[in-house]
Amino acid sequence: MTAQDSVTATARSDAAAVLVARDLTKHFKVARKVRGTTLRSNFVHAAEDINLELHPGKVAAVVGESGSGKTTVARMLARLIPPTSGEIILDGEPVGRRHVYEYRHRVQLVFQDPFASLNPVHDVRYHLSRALKVHHKARGREAVDAGVADLLAKVKLEPASQFLDKLPHELSGGQRQRVAIARALAAQPSVLLADEPVSMLDVSIRIGVLNLLGELRDAEQMALLYVTHDIASARYFADTVTVMYAGRVVESGPSLEVTDNPSHPYTQLLLSAAPDPDRASPAVINAGTIPSLINPPSGCRFHPRCPYAMPICSAQTPPDFQVGADHTAACWLRQAGQGSPAGSPLPADPRPDDLGGHK
Amino acid sequence: MRPLGQARTPVLEVSRLRVDYGHGADVTHAVIDVDLVLHRGEVVGLAGESGSGKSTLAYGMTRLLPPPGRITAGRVLFYPNPDRPDLSLDLLDLDVDQLRQLRWREISIVFQSAMAALNPVLTVQAQLVDTLAAHRPEMSKPARHERAVELLRLVSISADRLRSFPHELSGGMRQRVMIAMALALEPQIVIMDEPTTALDVVTQREILQEVIELRDRLGFSVLFITHDLSLLLELADTIAVMYAGRIVESAAAPELLTAPRHPYSAGLLHSFPSLHGPRRALTGIPGSPPDLRDLPKGCAFHPRCGYAVPQCSVDVPPLAPPHGEETRLVACWLQDGRPGRPDELSRPESTASSRLSPAAVPTASDHEVAL
Repeated sequence: MTAQDSVTATARSDAAAVLVARDLTKHFKVARKVRGTTLRSNFVHAAEDINLELHPGKVAAVVGESGSGKTTVARMLARLIPPTSGEIILDGEPVGRRHVYEYRHRVQLVFQDPFASLNPVHDVRYHLSRALKVHHKARGREAVDAGVADLLAKVKLEPASQFLDKLPHELSGGQRQRVAIARALAAQPSVLLADEPVSMLDVSIRIGVLNLLGELRDAEQMALLYVTHDIASARYFADTVTVMYAGRVVESGPSLEVTDNPSHPYTQLLLSAAPDPDRASPAVINAGTIPSLINPPSGCRFHPRCPYAMPICSAQTPPDFQVGADHTAACWLRQAGQGSPAGSPLPADPRPDDLGGHK
Repeated sequence: MRPLGQARTPVLEVSRLRVDYGHGADVTHAVIDVDLVLHRGEVVGLAGESGSGKSTLAYGMTRLLPPPGRITAGRVLFYPNPDRPDLSLDLLDLDVDQLRQLRWREISIVFQSAMAALNPVLTVQAQLVDTLAAHRPEMSKPARHERAVELLRLVSISADRLRSFPHELSGGMRQRVMIAMALALEPQIVIMDEPTTALDVVTQREILQEVIELRDRLGFSVLFITHDLSLLLELADTIAVMYAGRIVESAAAPELLTAPRHPYSAGLLHSFPSLHGPRRALTGIPGSPPDLRDLPKGCAFHPRCGYAVPQCSVDVPPLAPPHGEETRLVACWLQDGRPGRPDELSRPESTASSRLSPAAVPTASDHEVAL
């Protein structure tokens, strides 16, 4: 995608978006020893030209397997790691020079593992009151206590008195993640970035935490980024879904649209691999793994695994083609003129039984 | 659903198994009076959350449980000969040498973390050949090598990977090597303890398909342990759901999916979103899993159960067929034939499709806010 394209693509709704990622790229430097002493630098191309928009009161999901770059994107947006190139735009202003500290008043991150993200020697009261003080949301003992109680109520840990003096190890996984969410809420952020917030939790309590995030999003009108490997939960929870593969966005659009009419072969693969008790016939999967990101495949990064690959796929990176309202897919098969609307069976489908079953 | 290659003769029968951790006042009952039958050629899924005792059960019944775990009661009958259903061995009575004869040869295990289960300083070949050398000393060296190649081919890994070290393989390949190793001696039973939990969905799907293909071809039985019920519904023939050390429901997979009888199973089915149809609000299960050191009285699930009656907090419900049904088991007082059984737990088994009650509340954007 050229810079020109992306500007027109994002300009459409810039007014409403609170946080925008524009062509965010991250290359991690890895040194490799070549013949004894000479060092040559290699780069892991973790994320390339990522465009994302977060709107108040909406959940945007980023879905991908491990190594797809989804966490890198979340961490760039949290400004835990600086992007190699590209821009982060908060409230219409590039944040390039804005102080990180100020940025964090507005944008907060919830980590995957609540067993690691809470300090084991501090109690719940400390975790929350410290966040309130750091972000200047409460001053004085009474205000802080009231603020902490309020935060616990927001994440449904009630009565607060039962939880205030608990240490992390005395809480269950779900309760810990709720404390981590409450801590992020202490800053009264307009954007909450959640990196796999439920994947470490037991199945029976995942939905509860997701529903809680959904309620908070509605009540506080926060913009939420939901990073996950579980496309079914993204379908359930998110308004828009962005599917990443090997550091690139392959498809994005409204979540039901993407999951019901997947337009990129990788999205179709991902959907056919997801556990699905309602599936009529067993899925058929073509083998393959995510490629090395040090030397990613040329052109479309999915082409070595793609059953529909054409010569152009290895030669040129596909831009985002419109396949529906707000629905784009980075696949040459979707080029205007190829005439395949979203979700339609792909041309020359070598495995008709396996990809047609997602209606 | 899936054709069972053979008639339903049991190959492993666990009855009234109890496993404790610790002694005296600190004792924790991790597995309580568990009954479980594994038939020949069958895939039995054991579903449960962390701390439900599912791994303890698997290690207990294979006598692999390290102290402070102790088996305090029960029997684990293994039927070694398919043609002699009257012959059985109680694994709990065997001594070390007898166990050594049995382990891997008849019952093998695929562990959760392939990286931890494989020796990092030995090649794949060395480890496969080692298994064969230990259990088949009569095999010649070239024959062992040949068998190692054959085993890798069985799990779709090319023979040139024999010389690889575990760290040179991807996570999925490592897990395949583990499966190859588990099948090396053509055991009758393979226990898989969360074999795909650390893998990506696409890799997971490939491995599961391979397991099923191999099962169909070789006819071994699988005990598949996972926390992911949605996976089991596709994979397993029979599913046993564990909660707080007990099996609370066991039924054929399609029946469990369409007509759960235990409120916990029903709750789990409401805990994973569907890939199809309109979005429906899911409720999950309120509360959190209990602490095994401090179990609630009566049915351990009653504090989280929406249907609990007074009896639930007093007596532990037995695992028995629900009233009027014979092919399944459930441990719930509501299923003893009393009137007023909730609709959710009394769906007829035949009604396929609609897994979730068609409650309204579609997208999250027009969610009621309860703050």
